[in-house]
Amino acid sequence: MRLIDAQWIEWKIALRFLADNRLQSLLIIVGIAVGAAVIVFITALVTGLQANVIQRTLGTQAHIRVLPPDEVNRVPAPADGAVALNLENPRAQRLRTIVNWQDVRDLLDARGELRAVSPLISGPAIARRGVARASVNLLGIDPERYQRIIPIAPDLIAGRFHIEAGHAVIGKELAEDLGLGVGDKLRLDAGGGREVVVDVSGIFELEVRELDARYVYLDLKQAQALLDLPGGVTVIETAVDEIFQAEAIAERLARLTGLKAESWMATNGQLLNALRSQTMTTQMIRLFVGLSVAFGIASVLAVSVVQRTREIGILRAMGSPRGQILRVFLLQGGLLGLAGSGLGGLVGWSLVQVFNTFGPGLFFIPVDPALIPTAMAVATVTGVLAAAMPARRAARYDPAVAIRYV
Amino acid sequence: MSEFARDQEVLRLAGLGKAYNPGTPLEQQVLHDIELRLSRGELTALIGPSGSGKSTLLNVIGLLDSPTAGELYLLGQPTRDLDDGARTRLRNESIGFVFQFHHLIPAFSVLDNVLMPLMIRHGKPRAEDVALARELLEAVGLAEFAQKKANQISGGQQQRVAIARALVTRPALLLADEPTGNLDTKTAETVFELFRRFNREFGCAVLVVTHDPRLAASCARTVQLVDGRIVSDRTSA
Ligand SMILES: Nc1ncnc2c1ncn2[C@@H]1O[C@H](COP(=O)(O)OP(=O)(O)OP(=O)(O)O)[C@@H](O)[C@H]1O
Ligand SMILES: [Mg+2]
Repeated sequence: MRLIDAQWIEWKIALRFLADNRLQSLLIIVGIAVGAAVIVFITALVTGLQANVIQRTLGTQAHIRVLPPDEVNRVPAPADGAVALNLENPRAQRLRTIVNWQDVRDLLDARGELRAVSPLISGPAIARRGVARASVNLLGIDPERYQRIIPIAPDLIAGRFHIEAGHAVIGKELAEDLGLGVGDKLRLDAGGGREVVVDVSGIFELEVRELDARYVYLDLKQAQALLDLPGGVTVIETAVDEIFQAEAIAERLARLTGLKAESWMATNGQLLNALRSQTMTTQMIRLFVGLSVAFGIASVLAVSVVQRTREIGILRAMGSPRGQILRVFLLQGGLLGLAGSGLGGLVGWSLVQVFNTFGPGLFFIPVDPALIPTAMAVATVTGVLAAAMPARRAARYDPAVAIRYV
Repeated sequence: MSEFARDQEVLRLAGLGKAYNPGTPLEQQVLHDIELRLSRGELTALIGPSGSGKSTLLNVIGLLDSPTAGELYLLGQPTRDLDDGARTRLRNESIGFVFQFHHLIPAFSVLDNVLMPLMIRHGKPRAEDVALARELLEAVGLAEFAQKKANQISGGQQQRVAIARALVTRPALLLADEPTGNLDTKTAETVFELFRRFNREFGCAVLVVTHDPRLAASCARTVQLVDGRIVSDRTSA
């Protein structure tokens, strides 16, 4: 309020001028409001959409997977001065355990940037029931740790998430393919004569076809035995708090452990690219809408400055300093921006509510509580900046000339 | 106001000249070598044919425009080297203007118009400012119009409001450029009477441009301008 007190007359004149030009002010406020509503709605929509896409993607994926390093051919160094020509075949990557995985797990557990750490063993098998066969991916897990990364329990459509020796939790597609229900027996054949028969204790539906058709969750020990890697794990999955830091964290983990660390960002490059270009498009839209709003404010004020030439002359003749005239018009720009964006923010917010209530219902758009205040602050500053040119022109009027103006 | 001696100098012009568009092919010398001194309490009429430079002289005296030669002393202070800010402040503190075309600000009420020079100076008007403004409106006979919008009153009334506005800062110098130019004779006489009265009561120097010989004759002093030169300066006894 001290600002208002110090510039009392500027506020008074600015408000009076705006009120006096009622139609002009109203039209430009509506114009600004349309722009602000578009920006608020699009920003909320895209932010909501992206959050939703990422959430869906990460709902069935670990943020970072720590794996044993790839096996490579060891090529003997050629003797001094000799040139060796090697014909290399890449080696087949067999199922390998992470050496000293308990130590690695403890190391990862101690890192604050990781929200959850879950060692697991994963490998191929054939699932059989009667004559029906399906190729599946066995996942031997520690259920409590695993659930902190990918919560399966909420997606169960039958049974319980009950993992222990002799039990398995399978996906809906697999259950249908093999005609299985909760309590039915399932034979798992991992090759090399290693076979078990387990009870189906739960059926999940993650809505990702690949997973629903192939994932079979087992107890860690049982899976280790089946896959012939007693005591071993093939991957340590982790989740982070800052999902967009995943790549940087993965690089750190790789250096720290000497293992391979794959972040979700590396394995979903396409998706990230799409999201990035979407963000860029939104920013372009915001920029151009903002620019057109700014030009709208500038042109309305430019007209108003000409209309008020004589009044500016009178004010100057009565001893109004240039700075005062300048501030009167800067204030008008700021006030138009504020009023327009306030109205527009309200409209944009209402559009989001309408979308959430009556829209296609594919996803919910949350409105960041800072969005509308931010939009209003930016619009106010934009208004002041847009007013700069006309305001400077007004302040420069020669009072002797301005007074004669009719 | 009483601290000023009657003959204290308010304004002095020394060899003052004014050319429009100096240094261009359009250069036009409008005022030549003007010498003039106005004292406190003097009521002076400025007369002369159209185009003789009366308005130009008034604008220069009012610090709205700068002379191109000579010096202008306002309350003893030379003004040539003042920057725009200082000239603006002097205008606000020491000079009151009344223009031919009333020139109120239509967006504001009559009272706000009268208060405008004070609000420009120090923001929100104080109680004594409002009291003075109302007093002046009372004096020009428009007390009951205080809250009207400035463009909702007649031309003669607007001109009286403009006089009240010019006086609200208790200026040392009141300048009026054909203030009765587009008023009927009777209204013109009323307005002129106000000048005489405030000149007497406030003791400010008043310089009025007029085409009306009768009104000019009612002033104690008459300065005549022809082609940008003072050709006569008479003081009636
Ligand atoms: N802004 C200007 N630029 C150029 N020339 C001007 C300007 N203002 C006035 N003049 C010229 O200066 C001369 C004096 O004009 P001024 O307005 O001072 O006369 P005046 O005595 O007030 O006349 P009137 O009685 O008609 O009002 C005129 O020739 C006019 O054309
Ligand atoms: Mg004139």
